[in-house]
Amino acid sequence: MRQAQPSVVQLHLDPTMPDVAGRRVAEAARTWLGLELGQVKTVQVYVIDFPLEPSQIRSFASEALRDRVLEQVVVDEPWSDGAYRSFVLVAKHPGVTDDVGISAQRTLADWLQRPLDTTTQHIFSQTVYLFEHAIPEASLRELAEQVLGNPLINQFRFGAFDTLPWVHPVVSLPAQPATHTVSLELPDADLLALSQRMVLSLDLAELHAIQAHFRDPAVQALRSERGLPADPTDCELEVLAQTWSEHCKHKEFNALITYRDLDTGEERQIDSLFKTYIRGSTEAIRARLRAAGNNWLVKIFSDNAGVVRIDDDRVFVWKVETHNTPSALDPYGGAITGILGNNRDPLGTGVGGAKLLFNTNVLCFGPPGYDKPLLPGQLHPARIMEGVRHGIEDGGNKSGIPTVNGAIVFDDRYAGKPLVYCGTGGVMASHYLGKPSWEKPIDPGDRILMAGGRVGKDGIHGATFSSTEVDENSPRTAVQIGSPITQKLLSDFMQRACELGLIKCSTDNGAGGLSSSVGELATISGGAVVQLDQVPLKYPGLMPWEIFVSEAQERMQLVVEPHKLDAVMELAALFEVELTDIGEFTDSGYLEVRYGEQVVAFLEHEFLHEGVPRKHMEAEWAAPELSEPQLPQPEEQGVVLLKLLGADDICSRERVIRQYDHEVKGKTIIKPLMGAAGVAPQDAAVMRLGFDSYDGVAVSCGILPRYGDIDAYAMSAGAFDEGVRQIVAVGGQLPDASDPTNRFWTVNDNFCVPDSAYHPVHNPDGKYKLAQLVRMAEALYDMSTFFGIPMTSGKDSMKNDFRIEGTKISVPPTILYSMVARVPDVRRCVTAQFQSAGDVICLLGRTYDELGGSQYYKLHGQLGANVPRVRMAQAQELYGLVSSAIQEGLVASCHDLSDGGLAVALAECCFGSGFGCEVEISVEKWGLSPTTLLYSESHSRFVASVPAHKLQRFLEHMGGHCHVLGRATLWPHMWVCSQGEPIIDLYIGHLLEAWQGGSVGGVA
Amino acid sequence: MTVTVNALVITGFGINCEEEMAAAWQLAGATPRIVHLNEVLNGSVDVHAYQVISLPGGFSFGDDLGSGKVLANKIRFAPLPSGRTLLAEIRSFLDAGGFIIGICNGFQALVKMGLLPGVTDDGQEVTLTTNKSGIFEDRWVHCKVRAGTHTPFLKGIDVIPLPVRHGEGRLLVRDAALRAQIQDQGLDCMAYCTPQGELTGTYPANPNGADLHCAALTDRSGQVLGMMPHPEAFLSLYNHPDWPALRRRDREIDEEGAGLRIFRNLVEHLQALGTRP
Repeated sequence: MRQAQPSVVQLHLDPTMPDVAGRRVAEAARTWLGLELGQVKTVQVYVIDFPLEPSQIRSFASEALRDRVLEQVVVDEPWSDGAYRSFVLVAKHPGVTDDVGISAQRTLADWLQRPLDTTTQHIFSQTVYLFEHAIPEASLRELAEQVLGNPLINQFRFGAFDTLPWVHPVVSLPAQPATHTVSLELPDADLLALSQRMVLSLDLAELHAIQAHFRDPAVQALRSERGLPADPTDCELEVLAQTWSEHCKHKEFNALITYRDLDTGEERQIDSLFKTYIRGSTEAIRARLRAAGNNWLVKIFSDNAGVVRIDDDRVFVWKVETHNTPSALDPYGGAITGILGNNRDPLGTGVGGAKLLFNTNVLCFGPPGYDKPLLPGQLHPARIMEGVRHGIEDGGNKSGIPTVNGAIVFDDRYAGKPLVYCGTGGVMASHYLGKPSWEKPIDPGDRILMAGGRVGKDGIHGATFSSTEVDENSPRTAVQIGSPITQKLLSDFMQRACELGLIKCSTDNGAGGLSSSVGELATISGGAVVQLDQVPLKYPGLMPWEIFVSEAQERMQLVVEPHKLDAVMELAALFEVELTDIGEFTDSGYLEVRYGEQVVAFLEHEFLHEGVPRKHMEAEWAAPELSEPQLPQPEEQGVVLLKLLGADDICSRERVIRQYDHEVKGKTIIKPLMGAAGVAPQDAAVMRLGFDSYDGVAVSCGILPRYGDIDAYAMSAGAFDEGVRQIVAVGGQLPDASDPTNRFWTVNDNFCVPDSAYHPVHNPDGKYKLAQLVRMAEALYDMSTFFGIPMTSGKDSMKNDFRIEGTKISVPPTILYSMVARVPDVRRCVTAQFQSAGDVICLLGRTYDELGGSQYYKLHGQLGANVPRVRMAQAQELYGLVSSAIQEGLVASCHDLSDGGLAVALAECCFGSGFGCEVEISVEKWGLSPTTLLYSESHSRFVASVPAHKLQRFLEHMGGHCHVLGRATLWPHMWVCSQGEPIIDLYIGHLLEAWQGGSVGGVA
Repeated sequence: MTVTVNALVITGFGINCEEEMAAAWQLAGATPRIVHLNEVLNGSVDVHAYQVISLPGGFSFGDDLGSGKVLANKIRFAPLPSGRTLLAEIRSFLDAGGFIIGICNGFQALVKMGLLPGVTDDGQEVTLTTNKSGIFEDRWVHCKVRAGTHTPFLKGIDVIPLPVRHGEGRLLVRDAALRAQIQDQGLDCMAYCTPQGELTGTYPANPNGADLHCAALTDRSGQVLGMMPHPEAFLSLYNHPDWPALRRRDREIDEEGAGLRIFRNLVEHLQALGTRP
């Protein structure tokens, strides 16, 4: 007995209860759209399409759905209220994951005390917003699409309010699943048109390679023998496009590059940036470690995340990815999907089942005060920032993973495409039932299991899409919606199943969906047969190729031996995780994909994985002609400092930090903000690994895109140094190949660059951009091998351009280094803020005339020329001395110098400490002007404070690297003098106010 | 000979503080076991084999339908193999002298299943809902324990610093009568306060705008404790945001975190009783 009409349950907030959600909507409408809504009322609506008696629906609603204190229930009755004159209804599009609806369905099963069919969605959630004022339709639409929901995932109703509306978003796909062949016997122009129409993102050389493959008589003979058509199927083309996408194959990082230095006339060939510089540096370090009998570098680049050894029982797994394009389209959805997707990398490394210890995130946006006209499809940077922040909040908090470290960087050129870097570190048992956890063994006959969410049209063409520029016709199926709760259930299950030895190995389902995950795993055994009709779907009507490439989220691919199938299925049922056997691994040398009896794809491994033509690219470097600016008579230094503290890149991030849970798991030792009042900003985060020892890790990030406009080499080297010195500042030590205690460092490098392939019309400066990329990679190699700090994993993003109507906004070439280093005893770490009045304040490291690219110049709208350089040998010596001084307990506090130089660092050391400082900067000693001494951003420097009674020992220890500046004072003032004259004299409260009053929001 | 205290730690469905909850019991001298809620519901784990049940924090069912709501419904409605609900089983467990602690999401679930404050024994009486600020926040606050509180969990504690990490921690009591009963019976056992111990409704010292400035509730028996702040996240001195300065001022400072006291209190209480409840 199926009801003709679904039941509609409305939950109304009791009028005596505060409507915080309504108030927030009214505030957001005012802030973002200048719209006055008057009183706002929110109503939660559940549309229930399930055979229940009306009395049952009423009891269910009032006993199980409603909060008895807060809400009143209305069931199947038209509801109206003259106090409200307009409305917006926000529901999900058909087929978009509706977590609230699914949770309501779970609770219905409990209430009915019987299991419910979970293959069909019976309960659909939606929210209706009622407004006191009569709002014009155009404004309601704007409010709906920009503030209350996102048109990519939500459907809306809006207008004058009469009775409370509802919708029933059922998916209806009339098509019957079918597979078509696609002829490639076409002229070149038509081939390219085909690639564009099918969103394959294949270039002509690649299309020719595929054409040639299918023309090959041997291939033709085999296809005819197997009953396959001569032409490729749609599924085969899709698989090739996914596998050969830039996202999966890194064609540009593996290209053959001709590099010309126009300044020196030098020309050379680079045979893959990845092999030469990135993998090359790590191999060199591995050789050194091995020669010293040291083997903490366990697994590099060959799995979802890098693996290093903690001790005999544990390994550390660390991965950072980007999720830029989806975050440009749907900031919340893009960011939450990004962080959840990145969580699945450590979770699916080796056998799998790592326990996720922390998240990090580094974000690059257009400035919050961006005032250029917005292009069609472009969201304002402030909106993107809020959406991304919210996505990271929900992605981390709801998964129970603390977000402990990150950075936010602003530049006009991120206003088209933001950069969203998500990192996750985890700890994995080094063995499961005696077998090494980091290995990925697969044998023919092993079963292919899909675990987690169901498959829909979500994210189809995500991998190929992220390799192209965003335009106004970007398909909305490119956006996926993350469901942290689905993934939490999945990861709990994975961890238990791995401990019990039920899983042979695993990988995540990310870009390219099954086609990538099964395709990559199949290279281990040498083949696979996949049965697509077994794959559980969110709704019927998907084409076989869509099932294979869908990027529906929260899925892992498990490899299970046949005799363990029953046990793993039973465990999955206990954890309420859907687990489906969809095929088996073979050693046939072919990837075979079936739908029922029909073979829809049959591709030779060799061709699939090695057949992509090598790219040849050209790079040309000429140093930009720059000079140091002649600035007018300097303003008062105190005024400059206040402006710098409030600058976008420097001001407090407290509003963002507080909304991330940064201490769930109870292991966070140095949080982003410390001190009694929790306002003192820190450098690296420090976490302990367990509750039975003080063993831990320090986590940092280095990113300095501003410097790249002067020299991309200096930018990359500087970012690397920034990551290292943050870890040194808390007490971390540089690696020592001869140290047998697994004092590991593990780094992810993430390049995000604009289109760097030269094209005379579309990308005339492509050669210069590629040269910048080369120089960034060279710096990576030089820094990494010099310090012995290895890259262990990473992910690059190549086409970060927003192009529309002839306008292109390209990101500046950007590299992020995300670093984790072992800290043997977290109790020996120090924090950034001053600890006691009378402690002596010292500047460690040398300052140079390096204001190029500085925040000081940015304040004056200048770039300059003297970009900070890393002096590696000097830095190495200093870092060794700082680390040992901290280990010996000589140092009370230590803070690294970065944006805004010494002046900003001194102010930050006072924040939250309760102390002020009294310092003198010596113009004669360094031969630099006060302005340079205060604001130069020379690398490899720290402000440390030292208890007076330890000063003598500290000075002897530091040798020439230490310069005493002054002392911390009880008087909460920052007092800086030069040549006997005070040049800054400000209350700390005044400085703090400037810092907290910046655009990112100091106080929540 | 000391009595073994068996502590059940429930997990699954988005609960995510089970590991530190188990560590808290371990460090307090109890024997914890982490089990999936379904292992209790399918009868393979019997709550009566434990002296204390703990419901850790997290986002059970993603806070969909309101924090703790779907989890509470499961405990209220889903049948055990015996046909009884887990809530009925928990009531028997309490009658036999067992203890329950719910932290953050666990507290929200205890309130929504009607175990706290338990003035009327008639289902949900109060609620924990969206913070006055409308946002989730992670910050350290000070909490003042009601003098002479009857719950053994909080014995001997006056003012304690703890982290809060929630978006729905604002306790709302429907009417003045119930509010008066809660106060008269001393069920509002912990409140947000200034560092000096003055109760406060001022943000951010009071992070959510709760009625009665309330941070924790107990029931009349004192056997059930629910609290929004996270004592299991303050097991070590080095969790405190100002630990370097605290240690600088007192070189002999205890490395144990103040949050552990709550767990030790209960273990000591049960050990003093000498026999299993």
